[in-house]
Amino acid sequence: MRVVLEMRNISKSFYGNQVLKNVNLTLHEGEVHGLVGENGAGKTTLMNILFGMPVIHSTGGFEGEILIDGERVNIDSPRKAMEYGIGMVHQEFMLIPGFTVTENIKLNREITRENILSKVFGKSLRTLDFPAMREDAKEAIGTIGMSIDELAVVAGLPVAHKQFIEIAREIDKKNLRILVLDEPTAVLSESEAERLLDIVRYLTNKGVSILFISHRLSEVLKVSDRITILRDGAVVDSGPASKFTLSEIAEKMVGRKLENLDLPPRTKELSDEDTIMSIRNLRVYMPGETVKDFSIDIRRGEILGIGGLAGHGKLGVANGIAGMYPAEGEVYLEGKPYKLNDASYALRNGVVYLSEDRRGVGLLLDESVEMNIAATAILAFGEFTRRFLFFTLYDRKKIREHAMEMIRKLDIRCKSPSQIVRRLSGGNQQKVCLARAFTLKPKILFVSEPTRGIDVGAKRLVLDYLIELNRKHGVTIVMTSSELAELRSICDRIAIVAEGRLSAVLPPTASDAEFGLAMAGELQGGTHRG
Amino acid sequence: MDKLLEWLKRVDFPTLVISLFLVALFFVAIFVEVPIPSLLSDSIRRIGMNGVLVLAMVPTIRVGVGPNFGLPVGIIGGLLGALISMQLGLSGFLGFWVAVFLSAAICVGIGLGYGWLLEKVRGQEMMVGTYMGYSIVAFMSIMWLMLPFTNPDMVWAIGGKGLRYTLTLDKYFGHVLNNFLKFKVGGVEVPTGLILFFAGACLLVYLFFRTKVGLAIDLVGQNEKYAISSGVNPKRARLVAVVLSTVIAGVGIIVYAQSYGFLQLYQAPLFMTFPAVASILIGGASIRRANIRNVVIGTVIFQTLLTISLPVLSQVTRGDVTEVMRLIVSNGMILYALTRAPREAG
Amino acid sequence: MEKLKKVLISYAVPIFFSILCVSAVLVAKIPPLFLASEIVRRLSRNTFLVLSLIIPIVAGLGLNFGIVLGAMAAQAALFFVVDWKIKGIPGVLVACLMASAISVVLGWLAGLVLNKAKGREMITSMILGFFANGIYQLIFLFFVGSIIPYRTRQFLLPEGVGLRNMVDLYGTVASALNNAWVVRIGTIRVFILPLLIVGVLCLFITFLFKTKLGQDIRAVGQDMHIAEVAGIDVNKVRVIAIVISTVLAAIGQVIYLQDIGTVNTYNSHEQIGLFSIAALLVGGATTRKATIWNAIIGVLLFHTLFVVAPSAGNRLFGQPQVGEFFREFLAYAVIAFALAMHGWRTKRILM
Repeated sequence: MRVVLEMRNISKSFYGNQVLKNVNLTLHEGEVHGLVGENGAGKTTLMNILFGMPVIHSTGGFEGEILIDGERVNIDSPRKAMEYGIGMVHQEFMLIPGFTVTENIKLNREITRENILSKVFGKSLRTLDFPAMREDAKEAIGTIGMSIDELAVVAGLPVAHKQFIEIAREIDKKNLRILVLDEPTAVLSESEAERLLDIVRYLTNKGVSILFISHRLSEVLKVSDRITILRDGAVVDSGPASKFTLSEIAEKMVGRKLENLDLPPRTKELSDEDTIMSIRNLRVYMPGETVKDFSIDIRRGEILGIGGLAGHGKLGVANGIAGMYPAEGEVYLEGKPYKLNDASYALRNGVVYLSEDRRGVGLLLDESVEMNIAATAILAFGEFTRRFLFFTLYDRKKIREHAMEMIRKLDIRCKSPSQIVRRLSGGNQQKVCLARAFTLKPKILFVSEPTRGIDVGAKRLVLDYLIELNRKHGVTIVMTSSELAELRSICDRIAIVAEGRLSAVLPPTASDAEFGLAMAGELQGGTHRG
Repeated sequence: MDKLLEWLKRVDFPTLVISLFLVALFFVAIFVEVPIPSLLSDSIRRIGMNGVLVLAMVPTIRVGVGPNFGLPVGIIGGLLGALISMQLGLSGFLGFWVAVFLSAAICVGIGLGYGWLLEKVRGQEMMVGTYMGYSIVAFMSIMWLMLPFTNPDMVWAIGGKGLRYTLTLDKYFGHVLNNFLKFKVGGVEVPTGLILFFAGACLLVYLFFRTKVGLAIDLVGQNEKYAISSGVNPKRARLVAVVLSTVIAGVGIIVYAQSYGFLQLYQAPLFMTFPAVASILIGGASIRRANIRNVVIGTVIFQTLLTISLPVLSQVTRGDVTEVMRLIVSNGMILYALTRAPREAG
Repeated sequence: MEKLKKVLISYAVPIFFSILCVSAVLVAKIPPLFLASEIVRRLSRNTFLVLSLIIPIVAGLGLNFGIVLGAMAAQAALFFVVDWKIKGIPGVLVACLMASAISVVLGWLAGLVLNKAKGREMITSMILGFFANGIYQLIFLFFVGSIIPYRTRQFLLPEGVGLRNMVDLYGTVASALNNAWVVRIGTIRVFILPLLIVGVLCLFITFLFKTKLGQDIRAVGQDMHIAEVAGIDVNKVRVIAIVISTVLAAIGQVIYLQDIGTVNTYNSHEQIGLFSIAALLVGGATTRKATIWNAIIGVLLFHTLFVVAPSAGNRLFGQPQVGEFFREFLAYAVIAFALAMHGWRTKRILM
């Protein structure tokens, strides 16, 4: 088989954070190549590099090389990519809402005619040839077997139609050779997804090579000839689709061997009777991580893990409890009803949350280390304050003292407590977040993706500190993570979320296969108790 | 040496250029034998006179809605307060304080409405603010003609209806702050009361930003999501900031008027906004971050520049060149701030 | 019923202003013939300027407060045409050519600046206008007559440096276009040539949006990111839109000033920005959508109000000043309202 595309040793960093490490990928003529991996594994970044997206080049470009038909090419803009016959159906729709279907399909590839003015002032004043454009659009839509009015305005169409229009646009590109489909079935119903897979096969028969990205692993298995699995920005496995089973893929996406941590013993054993928080039928409306129905009892003093594949809602649970996204359901804290959708209530009742989005939610990037640690405590509890005349002011001296203590305790590497947080490394930023959480004296701490984007040494320190919080200070911890190994190393039990629902509660000692099945939502036999 | 370089790096480029220009002007001023003491007295007076208005920019910038281009909204409130105090025939400090408290009360009301509107147009606050300012000034121009003020010092001599363009404050609270504990050192006149008032206002705002409410405003401006996760209601924080800015603007115009000696109505409030915005930017603020230091440095540099450039430049050409220079410097400064690349995305 | 409601809401501004106009006309008791002749004249005088705003709106840059740059270029050109004593239509042509040349440069610079302030284009273009006004004053108050030679003493300030507040166009280009072809309908004089030029511009704008460039402008205006991903050079398209708008504004200002007959050296351009934008918005345009018809209807409504407001104010309140302040208030308020609507909508889209 002829190799159409080769990506060699691709590496890319955003703000000093490496998201791709020496990734290699080859694409044969007329094949469907499945690309799978967790959120943040680097799939979308890899495809953005291939398509020359502005976001890559405005953040310093990438390392490595791209070869098309064995020749090195330099793709620095989407226009270049198109010239090489690369098409892309983006995860978010790239359709102009106010334009008609025809205008969108022919966007920037309009058919034009000469007129007097264009002869004088150049090509950009040529008139659009609408009838011809309409013909083309009609043909492209016909090819994918849809009946969509080519003169309808896109804004009012159903999402599935928009998805197919995107594909029609790519098909209309006569030089199309490589087509990237990024989560093409996410918005489709089952029968629509079937049709999409038919179109994929039709295209490969015509010799187009397809890179297929999807969270629906069963779909990837069904349609792909070969599969590449990414984890943490590196390729962990690649080979013919027949080589893999569904749970193997799931396991490889999330699995990692981690040396065993020595867990210190507890002074008081956990008990099923002593519940600190019980969650009943929780629904959380968090875009991309919707929780549909989640119930669990959290035991006082335990470390509960929440795992699952990206997009299935594992991140939504903590966000919902903490009041960051609209939530409904019944929640009891120490037996008393707990008010949802109120971040301030959560804090005052000892429910503290550390966001998975450290830079976006968890930190004030341009503020000092000490203010990052203290600000929430000042607001929620009026800590570190003193009276002055008729004002209650925050007290820099008290803040400084506390910050120094936290810096010492957590070994935060900074020049001084007044250094701004943006300049710190990912690991040290996370330590600042932990210091902030500790300052809030949590009864129960929800921490999401605590080790994402930080180096191995720092990961260890972060996990150690979580254990210390739990064992020494008696804080109940609910840790959400994409890294199964990490969950298994410190959690007492692990709840797996699939399709927005609790799929299973497994002990950390359960087998990889069991975790794989649970994540796919296919583990029979209900929930285990750890 | 390293420390100097480090310090230079931190100083904003335009602040540096304008300061250097200012120093050059001073040297020229000495050279052309312009009386330096009277220049200094003048600029000190103007700093105190304009400073409070510049201070009004701090809350809105810090909460993340940008400089308060709707400054006239607050100024109108201040003018109303001052007019009522005049109508009541109050003079001296009594008149001044009554004007201040009345306008603060009026501005709280107007500020609530203005803040509500700005919340509705999140992301377009600067533009909407500017035109709200223009609209309210035009609307109040009608009102100045219609409102039932009767004090003969205030209304047109002929017809007895409608307020005059400029009202003399001599008999009321003109110069009360300027004259309070005024003293002279080596020919330089220091309006102690005025400076004290400006310093006091700065201190109050500084203290406010160290309270819980002030901190909440700061957090919303820096990272709204962080603020929410700290239990802050961002809408309320923005409203408080806008009201505060409006109140400071109201008080600011009274301070300005007492120092100037006249109350200016009709179009006059419009000409206050851009110099105030420019001042804080010259002091090193950006449209997202500002502190009291920026206010003080900016006001000092900008007002001194305007005072000194007049006699110096008029040696070369006509005096009204300073007016043009003010236009170019202040708008150039705002333009620079608007086109500056936002900090690295978070 | 639903449909009627929708129509009423989307045309709320023009409907409101129509009512306002009719009542003001009734109150003011202005002779209808006088009103008609005023309106026809203002239509030929102001429409071109208002039309110059359309392209940046379609390109997603919002209201281009930077048209004052074009207006300044036009005035600068006229000052020299007058000084060189080029009269009649040739004078107008030379002025248009010079003004266009200056505007291309200014528009290009403005475009670059606005590309650095994406998402804040309107406030930036407004401040840019103020800034340019400072430079303009520097040039015409202090450089003309000193650095820049200027012969016509009568337009200079007494010291021989700087232009006076008023520069007279009578005897040179005043009414050059108007008088080329006048048709009388009763007592109403209709100036055909300026109206024809407006007609040509309307055709040009319609044509432009049927070309590749027009399509690119529309695409960029709807969504910059998608346009860029589709391979359109977004920054270039935006600069082109601003350049076209500035050049049109310059030509529009020449047409406007030849009708007025005198240049208010330091004021004409400022006012023209405000009144053109207000007129377009009164015609039902928004900061994201504008058509030729919005411009024409807007000029009709806004200028009717302009003509009748002082006498209406006088009749109602016994003070003509009230009417004058009122029309100023309307101009600002309609812009504030349109901007508020714009902000409110953008926010809803983001939610």
